[in-house]
Amino acid sequence: MTRDIFQPSGQIQFGIFFQGVNSGTIWKAPQAGSQTDFESFRHIAQTAERGKFAAFFLGEGLRLREHLGRPHALDVVGRPDAQTMLAALAAVTKNIGLVATQNTTYNDPADLAHRLQSLDLISGGRAAWNIVTTDNAWTGANFRRGGYLDHADRYKHAEAFVETAKRIWDSWETPTGPARPVLHEGQHYTVDVTPRLPRSAQYRPVLFQAGDSPDGRDFAARQADVIFSAHPKFDDAVEFRRDIVARSIAAGRGANAVQIMPASEFILGATDQEAQEKKAWVRSLQIGPQQAIAYLEQFWGRELSSYDPDGSLPEIDPVVEETSETRGSGFHGAKARQLADQWRAEAKDKGLSIRQFVTSKTARIDATFTGSYTTVADHLAEYARVGAVDGFNISPWLIPTGLDEIVNHLVPELQERGVYPTEYRGTTLRENLGLETPVRSEEPAHA
Amino acid sequence: MSTFEERKAGFLAIELDGAGYQNLATAVLAAESAGFHAATFKDTPEAGRTNALQRAAFAGPVTRTIAVVPEVDTVYTEPFHVSTQLASLDYVSGGRAGWIATAAVSPEAAAAVGRSFVEGDALAQEAAASIEVSRRLWDSWEDDAVIRDVATGRYIDVDKLHYADFETPADFAGTAYSVKGPSIIPRPLQGQLPVLAAVSLVGEGLVPVDAVDAVLVSAPTPELLAAEVRDARARLGSSVAIIAELDVLLDSRGQAAASRVVTSHDSGIARFVGTAAVLTELLAPLLQEADGVRLHPAVLDVELEELSRLVLPELRRRGLLRAPIQDGTFRDVLGLAPAENRYSTTAAAPVAAGK
Repeated sequence: MTRDIFQPSGQIQFGIFFQGVNSGTIWKAPQAGSQTDFESFRHIAQTAERGKFAAFFLGEGLRLREHLGRPHALDVVGRPDAQTMLAALAAVTKNIGLVATQNTTYNDPADLAHRLQSLDLISGGRAAWNIVTTDNAWTGANFRRGGYLDHADRYKHAEAFVETAKRIWDSWETPTGPARPVLHEGQHYTVDVTPRLPRSAQYRPVLFQAGDSPDGRDFAARQADVIFSAHPKFDDAVEFRRDIVARSIAAGRGANAVQIMPASEFILGATDQEAQEKKAWVRSLQIGPQQAIAYLEQFWGRELSSYDPDGSLPEIDPVVEETSETRGSGFHGAKARQLADQWRAEAKDKGLSIRQFVTSKTARIDATFTGSYTTVADHLAEYARVGAVDGFNISPWLIPTGLDEIVNHLVPELQERGVYPTEYRGTTLRENLGLETPVRSEEPAHA
Repeated sequence: MSTFEERKAGFLAIELDGAGYQNLATAVLAAESAGFHAATFKDTPEAGRTNALQRAAFAGPVTRTIAVVPEVDTVYTEPFHVSTQLASLDYVSGGRAGWIATAAVSPEAAAAVGRSFVEGDALAQEAAASIEVSRRLWDSWEDDAVIRDVATGRYIDVDKLHYADFETPADFAGTAYSVKGPSIIPRPLQGQLPVLAAVSLVGEGLVPVDAVDAVLVSAPTPELLAAEVRDARARLGSSVAIIAELDVLLDSRGQAAASRVVTSHDSGIARFVGTAAVLTELLAPLLQEADGVRLHPAVLDVELEELSRLVLPELRRRGLLRAPIQDGTFRDVLGLAPAENRYSTTAAAPVAAGK
């Protein structure tokens, strides 16, 4: 087997992405539970483990989402700290990987590396880091450094951060110590630390990354073990795989070095028809009339409550100077006007009301697998056969019971087809994903 | 704080650092079974020591009664992260979380995060600022902010969320900073987590007395502890709980305690060396002077066995220990009233104090 030729594993795995905030998680249904009670997290993590899921993911909140200058009232808002929650879940699970989304911009490398390695040791080698970056001063308002990072620098900065973290994790002389000091002097940080933890059972936390721009893909190809991609649709997934294989070979890593797990949503039923009906119900609860108007308001930068959600898109133009922070990122006025023109034309062409239009924009259309358990299992088996992906990161639309039917009905179908694990392969996340033991990162030559 | 009868009985905390991360569940369950009211988790930079807050979080779901109280530094950490991590700890422990707010005097900790070294009075200023940030963020969601109102489509009532808008004071010795808020997590289950700090950090010109719920008091020898406790009470008044710190090394498994001393002892905390019976006689009056005692076992497994078999049962028999409260909060252990929210729109009067 040559390192330069991609070999499909013939298997797919599942991860669960517990979405803290958004309109994708339905809270209006009677069976929707708490988004913050530990019991919700415990139920969903233990259900995932029963279904042999590889990993449990948590997002990170750094500033509460806002809408027109106030906290956003309509969708799920507020979530626990990722690593604290995962450390607690480590106590009530045995095999599932524990993935914390953590930002490189508003953490200190030595502190974050220590915390992630703590989680890795406490969980017996099940920790992972989903690396994300941000750069806006709006988020920075909650932190001592404020908005210190230019947008253009964010991947450069993130890569230096990750390199430093890897050197901290790899600093042991023997598996139990002692550690070598790690020094990093950079544009934004100076780190001078003698790490204090031994090697974990999986050597170091698994690295996930979700960047999709060319810079983001190169960063992932150089640094990540798994890409949390936005390309679940079959043809797109195959193309993305081809691109990542090429980039990882170019980065000096093997063709199979980087795994791919796209974000996805599953709406299932006993029959295809039942699944389609369920989908309509799910969508109506995800985007109600108020959510539809609010979605447009964040791009228009102004209040649109006088518009009928079942009528056509607003004819007035967006406010040019304003930016909206509903998603925690600025959206600038000039671009908003152009977008408004485009959307009005699109909605008119397709004859869509505000609500229909917003549903079409916000629903994870590409990412949604709808159908009977057998239909979806057949479809996923095809992904496994060609190696389009290594697995899917499922965002359940219902908490805490959103995985129940996947685990009870879809997983057995996949296991029958021989494309899904029937047991955990090992005790660490790295073993369960089938990743290679990491090569120890060496000190940079100039250090 | 509580009735006279209750005040005669104290509580016991045990430092679980010796459990490391491998036997943590076993150790915290053993401490809970023995009747300890709180487990604490150290976080100084020693080799092999994992993050204290994560150890406390791990201990949360496996226990029912014992409070989980990590040390978290205030000087070289991000106040926003600290606040949300502690609030999350309260969620995963069912309202049994506390915080020993420490101020690291450590050039190494400064270098690790690339900050300049903080010492002297500036340490207490950093601690005070960080505690204030956490307290404001914990209150930044009113208890009933999540409304899930299907008719209007509103998940939260925006009027019940508040910006913390914290700014370091004008005379702040360190680099000035601000924190906007609100928190990213709803108000902790206890409303406000109990905050503990070393008595040396608390007082006039230091961390304000009303910013903490309890102080940790130590003395050079076990015999001097009661006097130190009385001094702290006289200096700080009755609004904060006083917790006496004591290292313990006991006769055990046929070995005299004195013969078990293998390492030099430099924790700055008085060490008791002797039999379980003598320790009981030392603790009995101490539990009446102080609100509680935090025991630091020299070797966790060994000391915990003696404590649970001989010391705690005898103290309980004499009525000197509070009964553990099944599914109670850490505030309950400390005898604290429910925490009023400073922003509460239903409160009769605005609440000025931090807790």
